[in-house]
Amino acid sequence: MMLTDENKKYLLTGNEACAEAAIQAGCRFYYGYPITPQNEILTHMAIRMPQVGGTAIQVESELAAINMVHGSAAAGARAMTSSSSPGISLKQEGISYLAGSELPSVIVNIQRGGPGLGDISPSQADYFQAVKGGGHGDYYTIVLAPGSVQETADLVYDAFDLADRYRNPVMILGDAQLGQMMEAVIFNKKCGPDSYKKEWALTGANGRKRNIIKSFYPVQGELEEFNAKLQKKYNLIKSKEVRYEEINTEDADIVIVAYGTCARICKEVLMKNKTPNIKVGLLRPITLWPYPSQIIQEIAGKVRAILTVEMSAGQMVEDVRLSVLGRCPVHFYGRTGGGIPSPKDIIKKITEIISVNKKTIN
Amino acid sequence: MEAVYKTPETLIDTPTHYCPGCGHGIIHRLIAEIIDEKDIKGQTIGIAPVGCAVLAYNYMDIDMCEAAHGRPPAVATGIKRVHPDKIIFSYQGDGDLAAIGIAEIIHTANRGENITVIFVNNAVYGMTNGQMAPTTLINQKTLTTPQGRNEQSDGAPLRICELLSVIDGSRFIARASVTSPQNIIQTKQLIEKGFNTQIQKKGFSLIEVLSPCPVYWRMSSVESIKFIDEEMIKAFPLGIFKDWEGRN
Ligand SMILES: Cc1ncc(C[n+]2csc(CCOP(=O)(O)OP(=O)(O)O)c2C)c(N)n1
Ligand code: SF4
Repeated sequence: MMLTDENKKYLLTGNEACAEAAIQAGCRFYYGYPITPQNEILTHMAIRMPQVGGTAIQVESELAAINMVHGSAAAGARAMTSSSSPGISLKQEGISYLAGSELPSVIVNIQRGGPGLGDISPSQADYFQAVKGGGHGDYYTIVLAPGSVQETADLVYDAFDLADRYRNPVMILGDAQLGQMMEAVIFNKKCGPDSYKKEWALTGANGRKRNIIKSFYPVQGELEEFNAKLQKKYNLIKSKEVRYEEINTEDADIVIVAYGTCARICKEVLMKNKTPNIKVGLLRPITLWPYPSQIIQEIAGKVRAILTVEMSAGQMVEDVRLSVLGRCPVHFYGRTGGGIPSPKDIIKKITEIISVNKKTIN
Repeated sequence: MEAVYKTPETLIDTPTHYCPGCGHGIIHRLIAEIIDEKDIKGQTIGIAPVGCAVLAYNYMDIDMCEAAHGRPPAVATGIKRVHPDKIIFSYQGDGDLAAIGIAEIIHTANRGENITVIFVNNAVYGMTNGQMAPTTLINQKTLTTPQGRNEQSDGAPLRICELLSVIDGSRFIARASVTSPQNIIQTKQLIEKGFNTQIQKKGFSLIEVLSPCPVYWRMSSVESIKFIDEEMIKAFPLGIFKDWEGRN
């Protein structure tokens, strides 16, 4: 299975596209532990990595996997691990260490229902964990949320690039639906690790001063200084890397805010909306951290209401409310535990919002 | 005049943070001497643990990485896979390796990962003020076994060399101590053999070193040495447990 023809269309699952894009982005070290619904990433890596001279290991646990990523990233290589919700909980220790050691690395979370063992159907209930740090300490992971198989591949390239540019862990936040569905995908973006000189990496101190990769600052004041440096980096990322997609937000009465699979469903809502006097728009965050707060704030000043749609009991809606800061009502429609919102449900919710809104206006 | 005794080049001349009578400093020095003698300073990468040796990188003039508690074998694996020709060692305490990191060490050995592990067994958790470790002796008093370790409720001392030597991927497994000049010389030879195992790409090697923690054993340095020689080696006999050259 060689998938290297540029501009040729391949029919792949989101998981396979994710794995292949990582290889084409120069990732040569992959460590994983099986968990549904992302097993195809591990199996694709097992086939493809040997073909490109890379390493794919099925390891004993998610803890080991993330720490192997830590080692390979410290050694200067592009490394990745993938998992689904319960496995990502285990990886949080390692992600905090990666952030504290400023190690570029890519972590894929193909979310499933929780809490606990939950189920294996799609969910967006790891939003808090992904965008608020997740592990201990003051840190952020850059979080990219694809909405299609093609975008999954495209964002994987960007993930490696952002990771190297900012020396920070980057998470691809998908879900079971995105991971399992098949779509046409073209691998047309190429990038390699060569453009980043990793002078800090551990390669053996031959002919240079030694390098140390650590996150331990026991001397009073040093850790505060280091945290200040991290926060400066996070602010830079916030100012430069926010991404989103806007559809029909210009003169909308209501704007839906949704990401990933939910955003796809909401695009259908926009097409199916048969209420001529209610104009519906969509704002789809592509980066969940940094969050597109600014544009949501601007939209809030122009619309009658914002509706947030998620496959969770209401997580991203908190960031929407923080962005809106009371400028307009924020409504929420969510499904949990593997429930997927249908366009019909969402249209019904919109109709409700408008009628309630009318009553309060009249 | 030729100097017959000097600080190894790999050892950084800096005040120590270890307590008087602690074994970590001796073991650091042995590693530094071996790196000097084998002239591999520029090719060696070490992994420091969480534990009293968390600052090991303050003392060794080589590339070093920190790892989360118990995870050095996984971090070492990640580095070794990128740099298969570099010499990678992890340095771990008994809490780090035998408790929280037991899965990582067993599976790293089982993969036959071509790395060397220096395992410092001082039978307590030093850094967190002297709680029971998996290696604490029966009846040994610690902060969390105030009446002494009770086999029924706390389990018996975990013998890592014995455990790892039955794993196919292990190639050189040995236990030594730092209680006398002879034992120190022996420790050095065994650690060197561990490095040679790796350099010759023979696979996984681990050298356990019985090491005093006078502070949390609540003993003098001299009593600590006696404790190892008379008590600790009963639970942890010295010797070579696995040798790819077939010397055991
Ligand atoms: C996940 C996690 N749990 C607990 C700790 C606290 N901790 C630090 S060192 C240590 C024990 C170290 O003991 P050992 O490995 O035997 O090394 P020693 O200090 O005795 O040399 C513990 C439990 C930690 N840092 N991280
Ligand atoms: S507490 Fe024990 S192991 Fe830690 S430095 Fe002191 S003597 Fe050494």
